[in-house]
Amino acid sequence: MDAAIAQLIAGVSLGSILLLAALGLSLTFGQMGVINNAHGEFMMAGAYTSYCVAQVIPDPTWALWISLPVGFLVGGLLGLVLEVALIQRMRLRPLDTLLATFGVALVLQQLAKDIFGPQPVYAQAPGWLSGPVEILGQSVPATRVFIFFLAIFAVAALYAVLRLTPLGRQIRAAMQNRDLAEASGISTRGVDHVTFFLGSGIAGLAGVAATLMDAISFNLGTGKIVDAFLVVVAGGVGQLKGAIIAAFGLGLLQAGIEYSTSTSLAKVLVFLAVVVFLQVRPQGLVALRTRSLA
Amino acid sequence: MFALLEKKSIVAVLSLAALALSLTACGASVDEISAEPTGDTSAADIAGAASCVDTSGSSVKIGFVNSLSGTMAISEKTVSNSLTMAAEEINAAGGVLGKQLEIVQEDGASEPTIFAEKAEKLISSDCVAAVFGGWTSASRKAMLPVFEEKKSLLFYPVQYEGLEASPNIFYTGATTNQQILPGMDYLKSIGVTKLFLVGSDYVFPRTANKEIVAYSGANGIEIVGEEYAPLGHTDFATIVNKLKSSGADAVFNTLNGDSNVAFFKEYNNAGLKAADMPVISVSIAEEEVGGIGVENIVGQLTAWNYYQTVESADNEKFVAAFKAKYGASSVTSDPMEAAYTSLYLWKLMVEKAGSFEVAAIQAAADGVEFNAPEGKVVVNGENHHIAKTAYIGEIREDGLIYAIWTSDGAIEPDPFLTNYPWAAGLTES
Repeated sequence: MDAAIAQLIAGVSLGSILLLAALGLSLTFGQMGVINNAHGEFMMAGAYTSYCVAQVIPDPTWALWISLPVGFLVGGLLGLVLEVALIQRMRLRPLDTLLATFGVALVLQQLAKDIFGPQPVYAQAPGWLSGPVEILGQSVPATRVFIFFLAIFAVAALYAVLRLTPLGRQIRAAMQNRDLAEASGISTRGVDHVTFFLGSGIAGLAGVAATLMDAISFNLGTGKIVDAFLVVVAGGVGQLKGAIIAAFGLGLLQAGIEYSTSTSLAKVLVFLAVVVFLQVRPQGLVALRTRSLA
Repeated sequence: MFALLEKKSIVAVLSLAALALSLTACGASVDEISAEPTGDTSAADIAGAASCVDTSGSSVKIGFVNSLSGTMAISEKTVSNSLTMAAEEINAAGGVLGKQLEIVQEDGASEPTIFAEKAEKLISSDCVAAVFGGWTSASRKAMLPVFEEKKSLLFYPVQYEGLEASPNIFYTGATTNQQILPGMDYLKSIGVTKLFLVGSDYVFPRTANKEIVAYSGANGIEIVGEEYAPLGHTDFATIVNKLKSSGADAVFNTLNGDSNVAFFKEYNNAGLKAADMPVISVSIAEEEVGGIGVENIVGQLTAWNYYQTVESADNEKFVAAFKAKYGASSVTSDPMEAAYTSLYLWKLMVEKAGSFEVAAIQAAADGVEFNAPEGKVVVNGENHHIAKTAYIGEIREDGLIYAIWTSDGAIEPDPFLTNYPWAAGLTES
């Protein structure tokens, strides 16, 4: 029983980490149909941001609180630059963007290696985050609890933006039917910029969170991007609700299989499960309802 | 930028062409040997090709093959650095048999097949007297047939999983009875009876763990868990959960690379302590400690044959020279020291043989001694490994590793564990 509860918590925690990584990707993928291979490198940029902030601010608690918004900004600005410089020039050529953003990812990784060196660097976590907290009789790393709440916060904030602001209405309109949105006087170009900024910003935020658990290294993004894609395609492209269900579903599935078999096998079986699921339901968990003809 | 790109693509095309050529050449020579009854002559031809080493001038060429690009570059660059330093020291002291060493550096690019190609190139077209380098077991295994066929010599400087002994390779890193078994001896001596194994999912951890399981069976240690994570895995919640509920006294860690960072952060954040359940690692050296964060790993154990803190005049000289050449913040680690030592051992073998000939060196190798930074090492002429001292180290607040247990003198290499009855029947996984 104890083990089941411990794995339940591990699964939920893994789900929240997956969600944070996939949230921004889901947004940009859904809005523009662009597969951004550099999404993982925006996370890497967020992680290195928290290292840089830690160099300037010696107190780890303050460093973390400041890293979160700064990481968001750094990720967002990188995304904006990528969108303006490259992606908007490749509209309707999704395969080209796939390759171009992959190239950008390699460039960013090399940049990180040149600036910070090939060995991982380290930013100290605040004292109140190093150590366990008691949940349901289980001791859970405080960092995992923190990341869980950060993911919830990011989802809530994104939901609020999409549902409650005029900007969110425009984003949703462009997502559902770009031509009609344009005909209604919405600058879809402008909406694209903002969407990409938001999505990449969340990647930066996820990167800051990742430093609490992983190495800050140039290949931080490569490890995360595959899982993030898995969540996005399983959840249904551009669907916040789908991404949330898929992230927690995959997290619990991984934790469950991993406990009863082995880590390597769990990864394989989770992949297999997603592939089989997509055979049955290619549009993902939640399908985008659209009136567009495309 | 464009010129650079073009150059790169030219290089790519050329290396493809070279690959194709070497493949056809390979095929041809195989055909010759198998088709013609005069197979002996072609073997002699190959041997003739190997002895194209030019020792007539005032210098002699040696080859270094290390990954200077790709994922292994992080580690292998440091080996290349210490090899270069050793060569410069030897040259400054008058060279080998009065000849200056001329280095030909090749990039193995973290690809075993490239290692094999570069080794071939170093032997056949650069005509080097010996080759130094390689890191992963895959790279060594890819190069092994090249050196055996060309009757040339490779000096391999990294600890590995044992169960190998080629007449054409000298292994200057530890084999398992010089690193892993001392680690187990130490755990046994502090009263560990329940052990948990964590490793990355590839050859070295799986082979090492087979030996650990066999050792444990013979020494009354119970293995309460054996978990593997794919290379690059970063979520250790489940493995740490299993660890916590296993009731283990200690953990034997053969994880590799960034996984170590995630593992130790999780271990620490889950409230586990080195004092209660120590983790002994065989792939964390001085360089890795910084990335993991000292406070996440302080008090944990490592098993190696060298630390920067080893107290000896030879090591002080080595560390000082290294810092003078590569910066005060650089650290020295076990594979770097083993590489440095390997070049000196080759020098001593050549001087003992009085010749750069491979056969003469092989004949002279047995018993060659060197006062290495790690302590005195002795070459075993039979299995081409070297006797090394084992040190169990503890990671301290300053990020360095200090020996807390030292083996009783240098341990004779036993790559096939023939002196351990419990190891009968062990094979590589």
